[in-house]
Amino acid sequence: MARWTLRLVALAYLALLLVIPLGIIVNRTFENGAGAVWDSLNEPLARHAFQVTLQVALWAVLLNTIFGVGAALLIVRYDFPGKRIFNALIDLPLAVSPVVVGLALILVYGRLTPVGSWFGDQGIDIIFALPGMVMATAFVSLPLMVREVVPVLEEIGVEQEQAAWTLGASGWQTFRRITFPSIRWAVAYGLVLTLARSLGEFGAVAVVSGRIVGKTQTITLYVQQHFENFDKTGAYAASFALAAIAVVVLLIMNLLRPKEDR
Amino acid sequence: MSDLSLTEAPPETAGPQASGLRHGRVGMGLGLGLATAYLSLLVLIPLGAVVWRARSDGWGEFWEDVTNRESWAALKLTLVAGLLVAVINVVMGTLIAWVLVRDKFFGKRLVDAVIDLPFALPTIVAGLVLLALYGPESPIGIDLAYKQSGVLVALLFVTLPFVVRTVQPVLEELDQEMEQAAASLGASNFTIFRRIILPNLYPAIAAGAALSFARAISEFGSTVLISGNLPFKTEVAAVSIYGQIQSDNTNAAAAVSTVLLVVALVVLALIDLLQRWAVRRG
Repeated sequence: MARWTLRLVALAYLALLLVIPLGIIVNRTFENGAGAVWDSLNEPLARHAFQVTLQVALWAVLLNTIFGVGAALLIVRYDFPGKRIFNALIDLPLAVSPVVVGLALILVYGRLTPVGSWFGDQGIDIIFALPGMVMATAFVSLPLMVREVVPVLEEIGVEQEQAAWTLGASGWQTFRRITFPSIRWAVAYGLVLTLARSLGEFGAVAVVSGRIVGKTQTITLYVQQHFENFDKTGAYAASFALAAIAVVVLLIMNLLRPKEDR
Repeated sequence: MSDLSLTEAPPETAGPQASGLRHGRVGMGLGLGLATAYLSLLVLIPLGAVVWRARSDGWGEFWEDVTNRESWAALKLTLVAGLLVAVINVVMGTLIAWVLVRDKFFGKRLVDAVIDLPFALPTIVAGLVLLALYGPESPIGIDLAYKQSGVLVALLFVTLPFVVRTVQPVLEELDQEMEQAAASLGASNFTIFRRIILPNLYPAIAAGAALSFARAISEFGSTVLISGNLPFKTEVAAVSIYGQIQSDNTNAAAAVSTVLLVVALVVLALIDLLQRWAVRRG
């Protein structure tokens, strides 16, 4: 009896918070047929927004993958002064509001700051342009890769690496032939997480992009603008595309998980 | 999230696992330099600039920026909503984790996978999705748009996975022999839950609650559409900061940001302490 009640309460909560709202959105998206959805996704501005999002996300993923694997190796395999602080600081972005991220970047790299104006003189805009958007996105997704790789590195231990060393392998050879193969699923998992977070970033990019339509507007900014301008079809279509990506991400994550437990 | 290894013992080795310490000194120095530069240029210096800017006109000005009516109302709503969200998540998250671990029913794996959806779904989409059921066109006639309860629902949506995902692995590892022993000695289900199960879950529940709170007070995207951003009513701190940035009131934006940062840092430190405590308890 109690078991049934608990199950009912849990499922009802999930249905009301998650499943039913999502169902309604899917329903409304396809009210006018799949053709209308496809048409609004193919609007030049929507396509451009998708391109900007993809470009920013790929840069952020690339940067954070290099940093994430490197930082994880440093944390697990080496000893250096200030390691505990270094380790703690990596989690910092999780606790910072996206809007604060945007503000922070503007205060250092904005046009009116020394750094920003120096870059401006070289013809490079950071804020209200792609570099700033990449930085904002990399900021918010920074811890994801590190936190996936660290536990796996800890678990695999060092015996094989030491064996490779004693047999005369170089650092790079050891990493490529021994270390990387054993962390590759963790890296793949971290990659998917970072990509998902980057594609969906809204607040930080809203601040640093200047939301210039057809130029720095990402797909999440596009959703907001079109929803508020009563172009619900456009907003729903883009949202549906983003939600579909989210579902694919979940599927990939579920496929990758068991492989790690081998 | 899975990075809270509350169930696992700390790695056996006390120090670093020195694989190539002698060989890799130069490489390590270079790597550490690059990693620190990346972290500094991207995260630390910009955040430092926020705090610096907040106090650039003196603490009196800072205090005024934080306690002016609009910022104060936004901060109060944010903190109260964050606490409420944490409490609701403690109850519902533990309950859902329990059902996912101890109950058996058709479609359980699907339900388990769905829990992570709020993490994967972009926040602006989350807001739009919630408006479908709780907006002006609600099919069940519940319109929470532009209301504080709407903000709460949005925050509950984006924080749903935290407590579930911290409690679930602990419940899975829990040895049921103690419960059986208690039952054989005549303890009721409720007593078993309260005396045997719950004490084992405390660290996980607390960590999940802290994560929910930290996420809720910094949330922006999901509240934008549903709250309507009415000052003094539904405007949360992040939205208030956004407004200040847009109207070039950078000092005030930096001041409110600093308050949010400090609160979030305290919460992070608490999570860290909790993890250490949980590890020590084994």
